[in-house]
Amino acid sequence: MISPARPPARRIAALLTGTLALILAATGCGAGTGGGSANGKVVSITALDYYTDEPEHSQWGEVLTACGKSAGVTVEQTSVPGASLIPKVLQQASSRTLPDLLMLDNPDMQQIAQTGALTPLDQYGIDSSGFAKGILSAGTYKGKVYGLAPDVSTVTLFYNKDMLSKAGVSVPRTWDELKAAAAKLTRPGRYGMAVDANATFEGSWQFLPFLWSNGGDEKQLDTPQAAQALQLWVDLVKSGSMSKSVLNWTQADVHDQFVAGRTAMMVNGPWRIPALDKDKNLHWGVAPIPVPRTGQTPITPLGGEVWTVPQTASKARQEKAAHVLACLNDSSNMLALAKQHFTVPSRSAVAAQYAEQVPSMAAFVKNVAAARSRTSELGVKWPKAATGMYTAIQSALTGEQTPEEALRHAQQIATST
Amino acid sequence: MRSRSRPVPDLSPTLRMSTGQDDGPVAAGAPATGAAEEVKDAHGRDRAVARARFWEQLTQWMFIVPAAAYLLLFFGYPIVKNIVMSFQQYTTTTFYTGAAPFVGLQNYAKILSSDLFSKALLTTVLFTAGSILGQFVLGLAFALFFQRRFPLGRVLRSLLLLPWLLPLVVSGTTWRWMLDPDTGVVNDALRHLHLSSSGIPWLTGTSQALVSVILINIWVGIPFNTAILYGGLQDIPTHLYEAAKLDGAGPVTSFRHVTWPLLRPVVSVALVLGVVYTVKVLDIILVVTGGGPANATETIATQSYELSFQQFEFGRGAAMSNVLIVISLAFALVYLRANRRAQNA
Repeated sequence: MISPARPPARRIAALLTGTLALILAATGCGAGTGGGSANGKVVSITALDYYTDEPEHSQWGEVLTACGKSAGVTVEQTSVPGASLIPKVLQQASSRTLPDLLMLDNPDMQQIAQTGALTPLDQYGIDSSGFAKGILSAGTYKGKVYGLAPDVSTVTLFYNKDMLSKAGVSVPRTWDELKAAAAKLTRPGRYGMAVDANATFEGSWQFLPFLWSNGGDEKQLDTPQAAQALQLWVDLVKSGSMSKSVLNWTQADVHDQFVAGRTAMMVNGPWRIPALDKDKNLHWGVAPIPVPRTGQTPITPLGGEVWTVPQTASKARQEKAAHVLACLNDSSNMLALAKQHFTVPSRSAVAAQYAEQVPSMAAFVKNVAAARSRTSELGVKWPKAATGMYTAIQSALTGEQTPEEALRHAQQIATST
Repeated sequence: MRSRSRPVPDLSPTLRMSTGQDDGPVAAGAPATGAAEEVKDAHGRDRAVARARFWEQLTQWMFIVPAAAYLLLFFGYPIVKNIVMSFQQYTTTTFYTGAAPFVGLQNYAKILSSDLFSKALLTTVLFTAGSILGQFVLGLAFALFFQRRFPLGRVLRSLLLLPWLLPLVVSGTTWRWMLDPDTGVVNDALRHLHLSSSGIPWLTGTSQALVSVILINIWVGIPFNTAILYGGLQDIPTHLYEAAKLDGAGPVTSFRHVTWPLLRPVVSVALVLGVVYTVKVLDIILVVTGGGPANATETIATQSYELSFQQFEFGRGAAMSNVLIVISLAFALVYLRANRRAQNA
């Protein structure tokens, strides 16, 4: 869910709007009234998320409304494009107009918690036991839980069943198999494989399963393990099995290439499934991300959005927001949300129940159980490492630097102040 | 309103100044001439003059105030704020707490010593020089071409403005599609014309990507140059060309000795504005390449944007944009000097 499908022009327009808002915020020109009504009964609270696309937007709207009802309030949901969420939050933080309930992509949460704009959830008596370790660590800052995600996801390998069977290729399980399969599936007008190697955090996120499964680590990027992982991507591009355009593709672009039949395999997330299902002629399958050697389990990055209660003027509103947050994260809502979005419930017990109910998602449940959160090791320093990582990917894929050189530079970026 | 019932004030400031200086001795000399009536009268006149002057000055200030307030608020404040910010350390936390400690020249030291800076500076220079050269030469060629009268000339000339009318995000996205190495129409055409078998990596090669954004920026800048230079050409009297023709000058000679010297002032305006516009180009690069691949199209402007709005390092972003302002300012000074020299000559 790190980047819902959206055309580049719209994304850039969103970026520019966010920019304008931020300029105003940075210069202290924020306007607007705060979370208001301190006295009397709270009848409504505000919520901010980045679920702008349908049907996601209304699905979340329904859950928020239902949970609001149980807390005795109406929830006013606002959705902004993913790229402008953080700029918007920073602007609201500076003008003290943060919403009562705020959704954040999990790797961003610690940074926002660091500013002091969020409240720890234990003060509302919210129970955070039973949550999978990965997502709980992403929602924790300095030992306190600030955010909880009802459902989580991770990336996986999607493949076109028709193309694989026609080429007589079985689903690749290891890196060598992946290279061979991708080469066999490549023909004029079609590539075997596609990833997002964009110069954004999305590129780093897609590289992580290859880095981690090979024993690499974001703390130390200039290792042979990391270089081998990067070499795999370089080989795929050099052999022509993967387009050089992966340098510019977002996850949404990768998805479009797959749907258009221009690539036989891709790395993407389950949030693409509703869109993939729309095309009746597209027969696709999912498999774990190939691992370096047979028998290994892939370690993938954990995706998902955590819900938080920001600091606002009214304690009463915060209580109501916390009530709604707890409701979003209760077992039945978690299960319903996961079913709607092809994601995995974040409480381990509920996830097990889900795997039984929806056998097609069992593979994802297993993947997510092994998934790691991006901020679990580096915390607020993760963005620096991620920047180093995508810089290295770009330098290596363009042939400017060897993977080893590129990663040495990445480590410098990651540890710079 | 009240000033209208008084003696009509002098509108010219210099004249007003001189009457103001003259008034003193006259008023001082008045009582010395004698009669009390006259003194009273003179006092009255004196007061009337003083009041008139007051209202007149107030009116003058009131004409200046809106413009001055606008300049201070929308030009002065941002620039001063930007300079102040460049000496402060901004983080995401600053947005909530408002605390941005002063760190002296640290931001400048950091951006100037980063290995990206020299690369971005070189890219900025190449991008600006390439764009300006292309825009100007093609713009001038189009302006000269459209100076001739021919059927549909006016329609074509207005069509030439099209790139200028399109929002840059739209034309940038369109170019991105057209230049796509695998599926873009440009490579498709090259392949069909057998000019290139594998296609050119317009957006994915590090040197080609810079060429691509320069070409797109040239395309965007041609209308501006054509419009300005065409206007300049219209101002050159036709009888000069006739005279040149009578003296046996060919098209090249008449361009060198008639068109070029008379077009010089317009040329310098077009070039300086072009440089100032091009140095700060952000949208095209952001849409087409996003500064990539591997930072190959990263300029000072995109660096500044990235620091401020993607890494939220507003202090360093401000320092970087101040570097950009200094570069623009240097060009403005060169322009002013060239102008003065041209006037003195």
